[in-house]
Amino acid sequence: MQATVALAGNPNSGKTTLFNELTGARQHVGNYPGVTVEKKEGLYTNDDFQLHIVDLPGTYSLTAYSLEEVVARDFLVNQKPEVVINIVDASNLERNLYLAVQFLEMGVAVCIALNMIDVAHKRGVEINARKLSALLGVPVVPTIARTGQGKKELMDSAARIVQENREFVPLKISYGDDVDRALLEMEKEIETGKFLTDTYPVRWIALKYMENDEQILEKGRLENPELSARLQETVKKVSHHLLETLDTYPEAMIADQRYGYIKSILKQGVIYQKYDPNRLYSSDRIDKVLTNRFLGPLVMLAVIAGLYQVVFTYSEVPVGWLESIFGWIGAGVSAILPDGLLKSLIVSGIIDGVGGVLGFVPLIMFMFFGIAILEDSGYLARVAFMLDRVFRTFGLHGSSVMAFIVSGGIAGGCAVPGVMATRTLKSPRERLATLLTVPFMNCGAKLPVFALLIAAFFAKHEALIMFMITLGAWAGALLVAKLLRVTLIKGPATPFVMELPPYRMPTFKGLAIHTWERTWQYIKKAGTVILGFSIILWGMMSFPALPDSKVQEFETRRQALLNAAPAATIRELENISAATELSREALTLKKQLNSIKYREAETALRYSIAGRIGTGLEYVSRWAGFDWRTNIALVGGFAAKEVVVSTLGTAYSLGGVDPQESGALSEALAKDPGWSPLLALGLIVFTMFYSPCFVSVVCISRESGSWKWGAFAIAFNTLLAFALAVLIYKVGSALGA
Amino acid sequence: MRISMRHMGDNQVGTIAAIKVAGDLGRRIRDMGLVPGTEIKIQGRAPLYDPVALRVRGAILTLRNNEADLIEVEVDD
Repeated sequence: MQATVALAGNPNSGKTTLFNELTGARQHVGNYPGVTVEKKEGLYTNDDFQLHIVDLPGTYSLTAYSLEEVVARDFLVNQKPEVVINIVDASNLERNLYLAVQFLEMGVAVCIALNMIDVAHKRGVEINARKLSALLGVPVVPTIARTGQGKKELMDSAARIVQENREFVPLKISYGDDVDRALLEMEKEIETGKFLTDTYPVRWIALKYMENDEQILEKGRLENPELSARLQETVKKVSHHLLETLDTYPEAMIADQRYGYIKSILKQGVIYQKYDPNRLYSSDRIDKVLTNRFLGPLVMLAVIAGLYQVVFTYSEVPVGWLESIFGWIGAGVSAILPDGLLKSLIVSGIIDGVGGVLGFVPLIMFMFFGIAILEDSGYLARVAFMLDRVFRTFGLHGSSVMAFIVSGGIAGGCAVPGVMATRTLKSPRERLATLLTVPFMNCGAKLPVFALLIAAFFAKHEALIMFMITLGAWAGALLVAKLLRVTLIKGPATPFVMELPPYRMPTFKGLAIHTWERTWQYIKKAGTVILGFSIILWGMMSFPALPDSKVQEFETRRQALLNAAPAATIRELENISAATELSREALTLKKQLNSIKYREAETALRYSIAGRIGTGLEYVSRWAGFDWRTNIALVGGFAAKEVVVSTLGTAYSLGGVDPQESGALSEALAKDPGWSPLLALGLIVFTMFYSPCFVSVVCISRESGSWKWGAFAIAFNTLLAFALAVLIYKVGSALGA
Repeated sequence: MRISMRHMGDNQVGTIAAIKVAGDLGRRIRDMGLVPGTEIKIQGRAPLYDPVALRVRGAILTLRNNEADLIEVEVDD
């Protein structure tokens, strides 16, 4: 026997834990068609049957309120799973049954998993599962998802529903005389008009009209505008009547009656509560400290700083391994292949590109492991609770904070995991505003650029400038978020009505699966696109190659130098080894040769497409005081921000400069008459705000579901950064700085 | 006495009397279990006094103050 089973339930009901317990590692993560909601599928097999399990998004209801609810509902209607397993939190039964009642109203085959029965027991709540099953008319199986207890019984009863192929009649609840009468009237019309009845049960359609469900109203208008209008007219009449007589709305009335129905069932000896429901549990006692007015923010700072420290310190080790592995592969390939374009493509384009992508992997794994702990333990919801007031001012949500911190809210993060961390945000507008503004934070790759410029021009005020840079990034990000929320992403704040789940110890299995999913998605999807991009960027910095005449020119100069030098010196240079100390003549010759080599690299860079873009941009960039060298470096920074430093090195004929040791370059800049502290300040600000690196752009596009937003991030951020840099340069020059 | 939820003190207990909002927000509030007749207790407030956390049917829900404004609660004097 084979069948599809959908897992449904409230967030925090243990749905994901049960899904992991049922399917183990045999799961597949994708998206529901056309939306960014995750779809998880897996297989449950035992001796007698095989069940295909689909994990629906966690929802409290089945209205068209949120994307998750629409997705869950559409799946039930379109895919028609044989059984829906509704996971309800036994320690929170009354509220959880609200969703169950809506399944029953839809007439789908339901089997209830009475989960966390152990927690309920500890809280002094005893539930008579058999009685509940008899009253609701569906199987009810007590389970403890964390230990797997009851999982076999649950799947057996789900399988029995499939085998018996029993018919589930939509549940009829009385919603009060007025609504009931109108519903009956509407049902008749719907039935005779065969209005949407192929897809939905008759009474359910009438009910959704009564609830003003936008999705169903829309479908109705398309199917039969005239009948749809008539139904809406009926609803309007009832609404009017209810408002006058009872000061309420039909949908409020319906919700009240659903809860009334649940209450009437629970009252018939289903639930026995030993203690006062307002009794304080250990979770509440923890909250007394963790959300305390004074201690709460302190603990939060400590937790965030700790997470940050752990993630970025410990991921350094595996990142280092990956770097050495790729360095080693690169060196190996360099040794085998002859010099030329193919070698350059493979080493600089492909190996460095793939290395760049995989270099993020340990970081992403550590970060998501940390976030999964905070999320699964319930602490993340408290962070959102404590910070919501601040973030709401800027059109964001309390949950936005994690993404900002990860991206470099404390200097040194990374926007790639930051953008991916916005997934914990459930409100679409706030989420988009967050993921578009997190790249303004100072990620680890921007730090070498700041370090270089600070060392060259502000060496005395290093700490102060770094502090200002951090504050500036936050101010910029929050203000831009506000700007976006009143213009492009306009719309009211998403209601904050949410649940603070009790604190729970996360299970290692859950954490591991969670972390691996995110990481694998990054490798798979971003990897392919990023590889392509890095080849393009390599091409832009290598083509067109210097014409032969130019190369010849450098070669002639080199030969001239070698011819002029005494034979002994040349021999000394040829037999060079690390230990030998060179004579003065040999050292001078080596310097002169290097200088030719670096000048050739500079000329080649300027000759390439990237160089030409940089030179061409001088017309505009002059406004901010940037010359072609800076421009090329900034263009290169689109590949990764630390490239700004090494490209500047090449452009200043210093060879590719190691971003970690930029002493010579900062001296060169400090001496260069074209540079000034003002220009450096402008460049710092520009680097803070301009286009995210392309890995981030790819992630932004993926997470927002559209390349449009990726393109927007490139264009808008660059314009903003340029405007700020020009402002600083012009105002500063006018003031005579 | 009927007051809006925003004006309830910490640890104060009451019964929801009315929810003065329709549309998405009203629906969301009801879906989370806040309907007339429900007993609630103010559990506490965030460090900046907003949002508010309340205890409902054994669970803890949070609401912003401007959302709590829309909920009227019957409390003992």
